[in-house]
Amino acid sequence: MMRVLPWLYLIAAFVFIYLPVGTLVLFSFQDGRLPVPPFNGPSLRWYADVLGDTRLTGALVNSVGVAFVASTIAVTLGFLAAYGLARHSLPGSALIRGLLIAPLTVSYLIVGLGLLIVLTRSGFGLSLVTAGIGHVVITLPLAFAIIYAAMGAQQQNAERAARDLGANEARVILLVTVPMLAPAIGAAFFLSMTFSWDEFIIAFLLTRFDVTLPVEIWSLLRSGLSPRLNAIGSLVFLISVAFVLLLELLILRKRK
Amino acid sequence: MFAMGQRAKGWGFVAPALIWTLAFFIVPFIVMGAMSFATLDGRNLVWGLSFDNYAALAERRFLWRAIVVSLEITVTVTIVSVLLAYPLAWIIAFNVPPRWQRLVLLLTILPFWTSYVVRSYAWLLVLAREGVVNQTLMNIGLIAEPLTLANTRFATVTGFVHFFVMLLTLTIYANLVQLSPNYRRAAQDLGANAFQTFRHVILPLTLPGIVTGAFLTFVLCIGDYVTPQILGGNTELTVPQVIMVQLGRRADFPLAAALAIVLMGIVTLAYLAAARWLRLDRL
Repeated sequence: MMRVLPWLYLIAAFVFIYLPVGTLVLFSFQDGRLPVPPFNGPSLRWYADVLGDTRLTGALVNSVGVAFVASTIAVTLGFLAAYGLARHSLPGSALIRGLLIAPLTVSYLIVGLGLLIVLTRSGFGLSLVTAGIGHVVITLPLAFAIIYAAMGAQQQNAERAARDLGANEARVILLVTVPMLAPAIGAAFFLSMTFSWDEFIIAFLLTRFDVTLPVEIWSLLRSGLSPRLNAIGSLVFLISVAFVLLLELLILRKRK
Repeated sequence: MFAMGQRAKGWGFVAPALIWTLAFFIVPFIVMGAMSFATLDGRNLVWGLSFDNYAALAERRFLWRAIVVSLEITVTVTIVSVLLAYPLAWIIAFNVPPRWQRLVLLLTILPFWTSYVVRSYAWLLVLAREGVVNQTLMNIGLIAEPLTLANTRFATVTGFVHFFVMLLTLTIYANLVQLSPNYRRAAQDLGANAFQTFRHVILPLTLPGIVTGAFLTFVLCIGDYVTPQILGGNTELTVPQVIMVQLGRRADFPLAAALAIVLMGIVTLAYLAAARWLRLDRL
């Protein structure tokens, strides 16, 4: 009994953990109007329906676009700051690191609310751009922390060697530091993508006419359960898993 | 002179990230703080140093109620999540063969990456009147009528616990595998039974991991709008839901700002309570 108990617990935990995602994906193949038992199907009609809906595919493109641009900005700024702090001794560097990490400690709702107040007060129109600005605020601390943690003495020696051989700082960064830190930079980028692309509350507060996919899904939720929502949800899950697997591969490669 | 030049260069690298954080995080935060002391005159905002918004928290019952509901839900979720995640992390760390641990852990936290809107919707699906849980219970004859599971506090807590069990399993597992097996052996050699070993050796050593995970759970849970909004129905509102109501039709930004500051205050208190054991740098 004592021997099987842990395995029973593990199985029960997995049932609990996979129950919602499993139900979501299974009933996305439902041949009928309601995504509840009994299951009829499988049918791909809801996927066809979703992929034929230009509002949804438009929102999907918006989401990926915002995530890509926001992550690129976050990783670039995060890398530069990490390089500056790791390679130059600056007064108050602990304070600067604290400031750069600070947004991680505040709930997204509050980050979004603050930006909403300032942007609307200063007459800034809400759009995908403002949502992107918010997403950089929440992903920059992650990107900075990951890249800063990966900056070690090992690269410093290679950088010094390159400098002694006459390379200027820009060349050192582009040809030595960035390639040596590629796994960390890649990990920071994909982690930022996973955080940004399905983020809801900031995008909800800071967009108006063109919206991202989670905001579009939110407005569909009002009409209740539908296999259509299951199909979009399954697609969103699939894309997130793809980002996570890429991330995992990068971390594994770094470990080798 | 050389040092000055180097230092200026260093600032040049840090400046873009710093300016972004100041302009789009610190400044908005300060403005929001100032706005919590402003008042509304009809539709017009009057800046000033008024404590009306904070006084309203004590005077208007639904605001006070929202704070209580938020705290009740968050504390319940944190405790239940830790109690469920600890055994799971333990089993993965000590019962699953080492070569499979990474895979089992990856599988355990995979649904963690589902968008939170989608995850809450999926729970709605599971807990609906005609949903999987009710149908299964009725088929095996445990209940005759479907239970009302969706649109209740139970649904909100379930949705939260699901998410945080995955997060906590990860942080507690990381703590457990770092423990040297020598501690357990030493305790056993000194005559401790399995429970005593756990109670007096393992638990104190893993407390930092538990507290760090529990603190993260608390912070993320109390600030979330989506899960209670989708799963909780409208019978009781949490603080984030009340904030969103103020932003909507009423456009009462000062009150929303004050509520946000109160949320931050609660999180700060939780941080101070947990600070002794927190190891945020180890995440």
